[in-house]
Amino acid sequence: MRTIFRYLKPYVPRMSLGLFIKFIGTIMDLLLPWILSYMIDDVVPQERISLILLWGGVMLLCSAAAVITNIVANRMASWVAQHTTEAIRHDLFTRISYLSCKQIDDFTIPSLESRLTTDTYNLHQMIGMMQRLGVRAPILLLGGILVTLTLEPVLSLVLLAVLPLIGLLVFAVSRKGIPLYGNLQQGIDSMVRTVRENIAGIRVIKALSKTEYEQNRFSHVNEEVVRREKKAGITMALTNPLMNLFLNIGLTMVILVGAWRVNAGLTQPGKILAFLTYFTIILNAMLSITRMFVMYSKGSASASRIHEVLSTPADLAVLEVPGAASDSHIEFQHVCFSYQKKEDTLYDINFRLKRGETLGIIGATGCGKSTLIALLMRLYDRDSGEIRIDGQPVESIPPHELHTKFGVVFQNDVLFADTIAANIDFGRELGQEAIEKAAACAQAKEFIDALPDGFSHRLTAKGTNVSGGQKQRLLIARALAGNPEILILDDSSSALDYKTDSLLRRALRSQYAKTTTIIVAQRISSILHADHILVLEDGKEIGYGTHEELLETCNIYREISISQMGGDLSA
Amino acid sequence: MPNVPRTVPEKPKNRKKVLTRLWRYLYQYKWHLLAALLLTFSSNLLALIGPTLSGRAIDAIGVKAGGVDFQTVIFYCILMIIFYALSSLLSYILSVLMIHLSQKVVYQMREDVFHRLSLLPIRYFDSHQTGDIVSRISYDIDTVNASLSNDLLQIATSVITVGGSLLMMLMLSPPLVLVFAVTIPISIFFTRYMTQKVRPLFRNRSIKLGELNGFVEEVITGQKTTKAYHQEETMIRRFDRKNKEAVDAYYNADYYGSMTGPCVNFINNLSLALISMFGALLFLFGKLSLGNLSSFVLYSRKFSGPINEIANIISELQSACAAAERVFRLIDEPTEPEDMPDAVSLDSVHGHIAMEHVKFGYDPGKTIIHDLNLDARPGSLVAIVGPTGAGKTTIINLLMRFYDPDSGSICLDSHPIQTITRKSLRLAYAMVLQDTWLFHGTIFENIAYGKKGATLDEVIAVAKAAKIHDYIRRLPEGYDTILNEDGMNISQGQKQLLTIARAMLLDANMLILDEATSNVDTRTEIQIQEAMRALMRGKTCFVIAHRLSTIQNADTILVVQNGEIMEQGSHQDLMLRGGLYAGLYRSQFQ
Repeated sequence: MRTIFRYLKPYVPRMSLGLFIKFIGTIMDLLLPWILSYMIDDVVPQERISLILLWGGVMLLCSAAAVITNIVANRMASWVAQHTTEAIRHDLFTRISYLSCKQIDDFTIPSLESRLTTDTYNLHQMIGMMQRLGVRAPILLLGGILVTLTLEPVLSLVLLAVLPLIGLLVFAVSRKGIPLYGNLQQGIDSMVRTVRENIAGIRVIKALSKTEYEQNRFSHVNEEVVRREKKAGITMALTNPLMNLFLNIGLTMVILVGAWRVNAGLTQPGKILAFLTYFTIILNAMLSITRMFVMYSKGSASASRIHEVLSTPADLAVLEVPGAASDSHIEFQHVCFSYQKKEDTLYDINFRLKRGETLGIIGATGCGKSTLIALLMRLYDRDSGEIRIDGQPVESIPPHELHTKFGVVFQNDVLFADTIAANIDFGRELGQEAIEKAAACAQAKEFIDALPDGFSHRLTAKGTNVSGGQKQRLLIARALAGNPEILILDDSSSALDYKTDSLLRRALRSQYAKTTTIIVAQRISSILHADHILVLEDGKEIGYGTHEELLETCNIYREISISQMGGDLSA
Repeated sequence: MPNVPRTVPEKPKNRKKVLTRLWRYLYQYKWHLLAALLLTFSSNLLALIGPTLSGRAIDAIGVKAGGVDFQTVIFYCILMIIFYALSSLLSYILSVLMIHLSQKVVYQMREDVFHRLSLLPIRYFDSHQTGDIVSRISYDIDTVNASLSNDLLQIATSVITVGGSLLMMLMLSPPLVLVFAVTIPISIFFTRYMTQKVRPLFRNRSIKLGELNGFVEEVITGQKTTKAYHQEETMIRRFDRKNKEAVDAYYNADYYGSMTGPCVNFINNLSLALISMFGALLFLFGKLSLGNLSSFVLYSRKFSGPINEIANIISELQSACAAAERVFRLIDEPTEPEDMPDAVSLDSVHGHIAMEHVKFGYDPGKTIIHDLNLDARPGSLVAIVGPTGAGKTTIINLLMRFYDPDSGSICLDSHPIQTITRKSLRLAYAMVLQDTWLFHGTIFENIAYGKKGATLDEVIAVAKAAKIHDYIRRLPEGYDTILNEDGMNISQGQKQLLTIARAMLLDANMLILDEATSNVDTRTEIQIQEAMRALMRGKTCFVIAHRLSTIQNADTILVVQNGEIMEQGSHQDLMLRGGLYAGLYRSQFQ
């Protein structure tokens, strides 16, 4: 919560003013029943109509003052909540943007997403509500008790005796009820999962005629959800009737005790009347306070989740490591790395590339191909060994400088909901010419021009309105558009047919001859012309050389070649 | 989407129809419903009597010291406690009853939706988003549920409370009721003002928040790309814009929304002030006893509450209607047409497929298969090749009768497939698809899925053949390991091997392989080649493949592009022709 207070600090004067206004409004609300009792006990016996009208007028004024002050104060509270939330979200998003990949892996993407959305939303609600109710409810509660105490101390004690009971009840029921709702949520999750599974597997289900089986499976899940929902609902349903009962018993006791007091001349019936009104006010205040507790606990859980991200220390600092002059553009020396620091994902990787050369990397799924790319771009830090670009260790290159060297297409890379031009440009302000040239080289121009609005065609989120092959071509165009020193294509031509793939390779050779290229692929045909080919298995280098050399020296490479290209092994 | 406040849905188009259908669900439980109504009525009535009793008690206290009629006071107090206790008890029973009732309705609705869902044709799933279908069965039905269990009762309670309080107040003091001639119009005016003014603002708030959520999801998923291009600043700028819009929309909604509390309070206070003033006057002239004034004050508090509630309830009912309409629309979707009355159920299939002049298009007027003729003898291998998205799957859809052709005929063992029961037609095929489908269950259940009563030995045998047995054995729970979407360390390739094992367990005479080994790495692929060959032996096979090398020995190769069949023939024929296939084949090696 302390983080949140820091954000609230600049608004303290405004908040104090708002709270003060709120305070006045609340006092007005409290005055009303008191005036009522005064009228009945003191004004009416004087039998002066003008006095009654006067006091009635005072009540009206109080009501008007209450409504105006409360509205003004509420709006001020909303304003503060708005500005605080905006600032918190901004800082949170900025922090997340600069988290290292390892830190993001640790938090997980869905968790970061929900921190930015659900949690900040909870905070927004809480900050607003706390200002609105935080003053009002305690004042109504304390003020109500105080006024009743001055009115009639003995009757107040009767009333006070009921409050702990109500508090206890709410506490007990919610302690039992909230876990039940957690259970229910799990039940609903499994129901939704069943439906999703069925939709995803509809062809298999129909092909195997398992419709009835699936219907039964759903019925079971459905029954479970209903059972849990009933349980939670029935538990929570206790609150209201019991609370009403306690309240009404208290009320009855006030009348009963009041009767004795009136009889003994210790109090007047007008006071009992006022009491009954205060009772309602106090009860409502109690309700608000319980709601605030729920809100606060939700809010502070969210606040600590946000704080966790904000307080994460910056990773991957730039180190002052001296470089050495080198004629290699990219150099890996004895590089080892593991994600969990247990099993090595990469082990003792070595290679050197001169400027303009092409490296092909091939190997089974999960052999460490993509990891190697991530290390080169310093998305993660290697555990041991050296990675250098132009003789400079990657740790010593400032991230901005490092990343502008690259044009990259990741495996399953993303397109954003924006125009095609904006997706290729990606905020770099490259100019239309560069964008079109890149699109042409990536073999994307043809299909873009066929679209009614060409480069200003809008893509949907994740690019679901273009085919897999078109998507990959746009991503390649994005990578090329910045005229990078180093081009990385990580399994990014898998959806291209052979013909487009070979056209692309030809264009790269002719137009981007000075660019050093790393191609990760499953298909031999995508890499067989590379200057060097690296064959990986389980994170280890099991072959390095040209296509012809590897056919001689690397059994696995030969096996893969034969299986993919038949007997025709010549390049 | 996480916890987005509910959006205000569109107005239902034919509300009457929707309500009648909802009513039919409820009507099945009419006795429950009747009991609930009775309970509502009595519990509210009991609660209404309370203030009268307390007024009587206060009257018995009187205004002078020493003049208290204790017997009467105690009598009324005991009555009050009994009434309140009964009222609480009844209202608890009522809640429980309503929970049972609404859960029964909801259970039935979900069953109806799912039942219908499982009978819908594939076309429906190809043209509707999963998220949308899921939200109907969860979110929409929940909305109906909430409305059923709360709003119905609320309405009954409100009506009884308002009517009852009014009646009681009229009995206590008709002139004093005139106070409400001032406050009720104010309430109504205020409510209408608020609904008109605030609802669009709240809708806008939900929309803006949804947009923010969408943006965040998009950007965080693509964070590696953002980093790689060093575009953090750009993204932060864009986020700030979305963020500003979201908090502004929130503020605008709040600006008016936060008026509600104080205004409702004001109307209550206004009533109290007016009642106090005029009540005091009436009391002065002896027209009203003190106890009656007290009862009146208590009733007036009860009276103005529900009036403000009603506005809320109406909008909730509206959203429930819209939700119910979406649910009913799904339930009304036409199912796959019934099998013909004289459809035969084939027990043993040779696997001879003959397609003659088949014409087909997903959308009317957009024919993508013009005139397909194909004769696949039992045990032959038909390969379908072409770039991704070219329409290779369409042929599979027709073979399995997921779609019916527009014209032409498809025969299995010289029965037109329309005259065969869908069940026996589909069971004649085993298939392995590119999109592996595994469900939340044990590995054993997943492999044995297609074969009733498969034994563990059989499952192990196919797992061995599919080269996945060693992997399974190494898992701590072995074949009882539960597969779940996120937790397990199971790769795409391993998933595909599991579905291959599943297909191996079926004794079907025809086989469909749709990119069956696309995610299996090349070495494993070589290892399972033997098993695949065994799986294909003696079966009529339809194979969709990317890698042309795997299908060179097919009896017939169909070359598909842009949804059309461009060439057809054996490898040698097509290479000789020097057309599309030959070009594709050669480009592999360039």
